[in-house]
Amino acid sequence: MKIILILGQLIFFITLAPFLSGLILKLKNCFRMRQGQSVFQPYYNLRKLFSKGEVVSETASWIFKVTPFILIASTLTVALLVPVFILSSPLYHLSDFLVIMFVFALGRFFLALAALDTGSSFGGMGASREMFISSLVEPALCLVIFSLFMQFGSTNIFIFSGIHAVSVSSLVAALALFLLALAETSRIPVDNQETHLELTMVHEAMALEYSGRSLALIEMAAHLKQMIWFFLIAQIIFPITALSAINSAGLFSWGLWYLARIFIITLTVALVEVFLAKMRLFRVADFLGFVFVLGVIAGVCAIIGV
Amino acid sequence: MLNFLSKPLFLFDPLSVFFLVVIFIVSLPSAIYALGYLKDSYPSKKIILSWFLLAVFVLSMAAVVTANNVLIFLVAWETMSLVSYFLVVFDTTHEKSIRAGTIYIIMTHIGTAFLVAAFLILHKYAHAFDFATIKSACLSMPAPTKDIVFLLLLAGFGTKAGIVPLHIWLPYAHPQAPSHISSIMSGVMIKTAIYGIIRFVMFLLGVNSTWWGVLILILAVITCLVGVIYALMERDIKRLLAYSSVENIGIILLGVGLAMLSVTMKMPYLAVFSLAAGLYHLINHAIFKGLLFLCAGSVYKATGTRDIEKLGGLIKKMPQTAVYFLIGSLAISTLPPLNGFVSEWLTLQAFFLGVFQSAGGMKIFLGICAALLALTGGLAAACFVKAFGVVFLGLPRSHYAQSAKEVSLAMKSGMFFLSFLVIVFGIAAGLIIKLLVKISAAAMNIDISSMSFSLNNLVFTPQDGLLSAGAGKSIYLSTPMLTLVLAATGLAGFAVYKLFGKTKAVIYKTWDCGYYKLDAANEYTGTAFSKPFRIAFSFFLLPYRKTQKVRESFYHVKSFAYETHTTFVFKKYIYAPSVALVFKTAKFMRRIQPGSIHLYLAYIFGALLLLIIFMDKF
Repeated sequence: MKIILILGQLIFFITLAPFLSGLILKLKNCFRMRQGQSVFQPYYNLRKLFSKGEVVSETASWIFKVTPFILIASTLTVALLVPVFILSSPLYHLSDFLVIMFVFALGRFFLALAALDTGSSFGGMGASREMFISSLVEPALCLVIFSLFMQFGSTNIFIFSGIHAVSVSSLVAALALFLLALAETSRIPVDNQETHLELTMVHEAMALEYSGRSLALIEMAAHLKQMIWFFLIAQIIFPITALSAINSAGLFSWGLWYLARIFIITLTVALVEVFLAKMRLFRVADFLGFVFVLGVIAGVCAIIGV
Repeated sequence: MLNFLSKPLFLFDPLSVFFLVVIFIVSLPSAIYALGYLKDSYPSKKIILSWFLLAVFVLSMAAVVTANNVLIFLVAWETMSLVSYFLVVFDTTHEKSIRAGTIYIIMTHIGTAFLVAAFLILHKYAHAFDFATIKSACLSMPAPTKDIVFLLLLAGFGTKAGIVPLHIWLPYAHPQAPSHISSIMSGVMIKTAIYGIIRFVMFLLGVNSTWWGVLILILAVITCLVGVIYALMERDIKRLLAYSSVENIGIILLGVGLAMLSVTMKMPYLAVFSLAAGLYHLINHAIFKGLLFLCAGSVYKATGTRDIEKLGGLIKKMPQTAVYFLIGSLAISTLPPLNGFVSEWLTLQAFFLGVFQSAGGMKIFLGICAALLALTGGLAAACFVKAFGVVFLGLPRSHYAQSAKEVSLAMKSGMFFLSFLVIVFGIAAGLIIKLLVKISAAAMNIDISSMSFSLNNLVFTPQDGLLSAGAGKSIYLSTPMLTLVLAATGLAGFAVYKLFGKTKAVIYKTWDCGYYKLDAANEYTGTAFSKPFRIAFSFFLLPYRKTQKVRESFYHVKSFAYETHTTFVFKKYIYAPSVALVFKTAKFMRRIQPGSIHLYLAYIFGALLLLIIFMDKF
């Protein structure tokens, strides 16, 4: 049973994650009055990459080769820890928000090393910027976790999933988390996934030397990471009853609401991407400083009890 | 006065034994490493001298942590400082070593002066030098005196530990010693100061007021951030590690400071927990910093340079050293499932738990401390991506790196031993934390029999409402489980990769925009890597540039030199003015020393008169 649950959760994430990326692209194109590519384009891309051969830089070492696997391992591990259908899981104990923060850091660490491994200056730029952004994300994220801890008494995600009253504190925390998610999933205004200019890339620059299946794994990891962030935000701002507590009559509306909350977040990201411009790298420090302040506010609200 | 021999001179209580373990767990592999490291680097007579000094150094540290008597402690402390001075200046041919040694010995003696002052005050109340008597005398000591003793001890031990702004000697002295000594100095010697703080402040003196803990936490946070920011800017690999030691001392002190704060806030369990977290980070740092210094020593031995901008591509020339350095880097960047991650996680959890019993302002203070600890972790990860990436990956940047060879077996086995410990201390966290909780409870005289722990999971369940309801709805971490999940998902990814049939990887040049001449000069350098941080923290680093144009004629610039520097604010605004003040005062005082014997006799006579007049007063 446990194995089935684990596999079910993995399959859920893997099948849905590229769709969200495709959906964001499609929505953006809609706002821009463009036809745009299909919602399923990320799937086509993955299939294409999986059937292609690879080009590996002659400078690269084994770090370059193992990085896609470590990256996908760290993301899939987190995907297993996120409460999806159920409010208990075999990996319940591990679902600590701080652990998730550190497991993501593991994947990022290796991707940054792989970027330096090929000796390309684009990789170096990407690695340097990614580590810069992520090091500023961490304190703000820690404050968000702190404010959630103040409310729910634990850093375990399962404790604050499910039904709970949405407070001012959790609203502010969710807003902060949303802004952090933009930075973590390389979205505008921090990074631009659509850019093809090496000098402005951050995440893409690190993966520049990858091709074929390795690139497919890295892209998959990025899709997964984005979906995990959306789920975490959804759990905080749109609490939802456990699937096990739903009778068959309410199942349809439950399922609708379940997907709608993810769609709302996806739509918001698309809107942000359309209506904002990418910031200069050094403005990102101000942006994340603002999120840090939001984190403090969330903490203060949690202490006051609102 | 001489009856101090009546009590045992050395005591092996849990705290002392813990520190003995820390000392030997790092000294042993460093000694094995030294077998290979010293060979061919120094003349044979000097090698013998170095073994002698190493032995005395390790023994003196062992004596420091087991002394049961203030006098023995001081003698051992001074021996440790002096012997480490000789080891810092061991490479006497280097001008830098002498300078580093001088800074070190001055700073360490200033520290000892504070300690002596504190010990004299303690003796005034206890009329004895042994710990047991002092401990009982401290109970009746007035609070203001306690505050003074605390500040003196903090300044004294803080100098040795490298608390900012007393860290100034550390980045000079540690890198200058031979690498196995750097490993022991950074891994262990600075920890004896933490031992001093725990033993003297928490165990003997007894934490008196809340501001002690708050002061230590503030200093700890500053130490963390200053250490890691300077480490990020550094291009000397060993000095980078030394600055990172400053940072890690800060993290350890966060645990210790929180323990002190919890004691005064009447949260004994949290005190035990956070001190255990601090001790965990202490032994972890000893292990991985020892490891990293040994790896840096291997790089130095193989290439002859410590400048990371001249290295690169060593993963191919020194594959094993690269793996060890990578393990150390992962651990110090607090990445799961290695040991640094466990202690950082514990410290963060301790801070979160501390929030529940404290009042409003204190809650936010603790929350921000935790956030800044997370910032430190992020910056440390960036720092070690830079260190590993620039030194081991990419193309060799000079002939030094080009001609590197893997080091000898003795050196490799020293590094292997410590890498193994890094993994063990990560995976077996459940067992180790149990031990550490017992040790920290013993160090603070707190009964933990009603505190529950479960094996393999770090379950911290306060039982009797010492933490208010809702807190600590059980906090879990199971590193073996996490490792298993990571390994399984990684293998799943690998399986999918292989399932789609055979792939043909074409080995080709790195993408160079059609330039076709990509070489080491095009690579990203360490300085470039840290540029965003230099700009973001420019309010503290105060970077400045030096440019110089060499002109052939008015119209033609032949060469252009560009340098970028950061200002060492502590050196420039604290140390340089105080050194200048010392010299100024000395110059002034010289006026009353004109060399006339008659005048000197008059001084002696005057002093004698004064003493006779004031004798009654004392």
